Amino acid sequence: MLKSKIRASAFLFNRLAMQSSFLFLLILLFLGFSQKSQAQEKSLTPENDKCLKCHTHQTFTFQNTLTKKEDKRMSNPLYILDKNHFAAGVHAKFKCTDCHSSAYSTYPHNAELKLEPLSTCLDCHGGDEKYAAYQFEKIEKEFQKSVHFQKSGESFTCSKCHNQHYYQAKSRTSSVVGEIIGFSNEMCMTCHSNNSKFQLLSDTLKPALSQIHGWLPNQELHFKNVRCIECHTQVVDSLSVSHNILPKEKALKNCVECHSKNSMLVASLYKYKNLQSRSEGGKLNTIIANKSYVIGAYQNFWLNNFSIFIFIMALAGICIHVILRIIKK
Amino acid sequence: MISENKIYFYPIWLRIWHGINAMGILILIVTGINMQFSNPKFGLVNFELAVNLHNISGILVTINYLLFFFGNILTSNKRYYRLKRKGLFKRLQLQVDYYTSGMFKNQQPPFPLSEKRKFNPMQKVSYLTVMYLFVPGLVITGLALLFPETIIENVYSVSGIFLTAILHASLGFLVSIFLIIHLYVASIGKNPLNNFKSIINGYHDIHGH
Repeated sequence: MLKSKIRASAFLFNRLAMQSSFLFLLILLFLGFSQKSQAQEKSLTPENDKCLKCHTHQTFTFQNTLTKKEDKRMSNPLYILDKNHFAAGVHAKFKCTDCHSSAYSTYPHNAELKLEPLSTCLDCHGGDEKYAAYQFEKIEKEFQKSVHFQKSGESFTCSKCHNQHYYQAKSRTSSVVGEIIGFSNEMCMTCHSNNSKFQLLSDTLKPALSQIHGWLPNQELHFKNVRCIECHTQVVDSLSVSHNILPKEKALKNCVECHSKNSMLVASLYKYKNLQSRSEGGKLNTIIANKSYVIGAYQNFWLNNFSIFIFIMALAGICIHVILRIIKK
Repeated sequence: MISENKIYFYPIWLRIWHGINAMGILILIVTGINMQFSNPKFGLVNFELAVNLHNISGILVTINYLLFFFGNILTSNKRYYRLKRKGLFKRLQLQVDYYTSGMFKNQQPPFPLSEKRKFNPMQKVSYLTVMYLFVPGLVITGLALLFPETIIENVYSVSGIFLTAILHASLGFLVSIFLIIHLYVASIGKNPLNNFKSIINGYHDIHGH
């Protein structure tokens, strides 16, 4: 009897201990999360708080002047912002009204505001000396030749690929090629792997990517290590990133363009000269760590010369032996 | 099975195995060089074709290697590969001396081949190195590169595929060097073509080396 009591109380104690440790973990996790999101939100301008109160949520409320009641409506899912992504983006410090009409500061918004043309990227980025190095005007010219512009015209804006709310300058800031590739390909995949997004600009279904690229060996590896634009754009030396997206018939299908000593990847993906300086480990480390092995493109000076040396030595040894065999016959 | 100083040295299964290996490895070397030094303007074989041929030959040579590996465990063929460590260096020295000076003085080979001894010590060491070190290394790294998702992504911040590929290419190069020397040494026989005939018809001239 006593034993079973002891056993029962021990069981109860264990359970309590487990529950309390579980609770403790939960508290820790909650604290961790809340600290993280607080830190991220701190980078946002407080003036945006009012806007984000509605525009980061699935629903919004307003005073219905017709029914005289407070109404709750669903937000357009395409316009719901992610606060964390916004805080990580290049425009995190901007006020909403820097790009959107200042008249939006009154709520409920005037419905006619929707008819006002939106600011475009070049309104700020064009003709500004600060951004001269990025050659936005040239990018625009290149883009106008692209299949995106040819098919969709003005409705294909910069923001279709470069989400103005979340955009990060990964190509310019990241020292890891893999991250640059992932970020770049995500821009294409947002529409090209999602029918509902794809059909915002096209009447057809999105093409089946893995089927179209069936000819490509190690497809998964290529998709992970090569940017889509490597084969689907015309490389322009003077631009960091080519914006002339070619029609599918003109996409590169020639393996040796990348798989050779003068690999096209060196001219495009690895052209970021500052990529090396960004790496903490210096030149050698960058090249080894960043360059996933590309057959044919990797030519190590020392290994090549060492192998040629051994090859010549072997042939020389054989030649001498042959001569001796002929002489001593 | 001796007739006119000839021993039936290479049974038919061995010659077929050797033939497949020879053809496979030659294709692997040619296509391998073609990929390593690929050039948009010049190439012996088209890159895509080279990749496919390299993959197919690689699998063929791998299967052939498994036949060799398990055959040598299960059959008596392993006796030719047994290496006695004691006095190995001296025996190797004797063979090297023969190739570098003895054979020019018409001396007899220090390890004449017989039904019991198919390989001289130098052959044994080089065949053991190639067949139990280089080729398995190539098979493992080759299979890994065929299924690159199986390779560890980063080894101390160095790409795993990069390391595997460098090892694969280096071992491939060493096998090519072995092949050149193997072919040349094969020409040291009763006459330069004698040993090549042997590996085709199976009979080895015991007066050869």
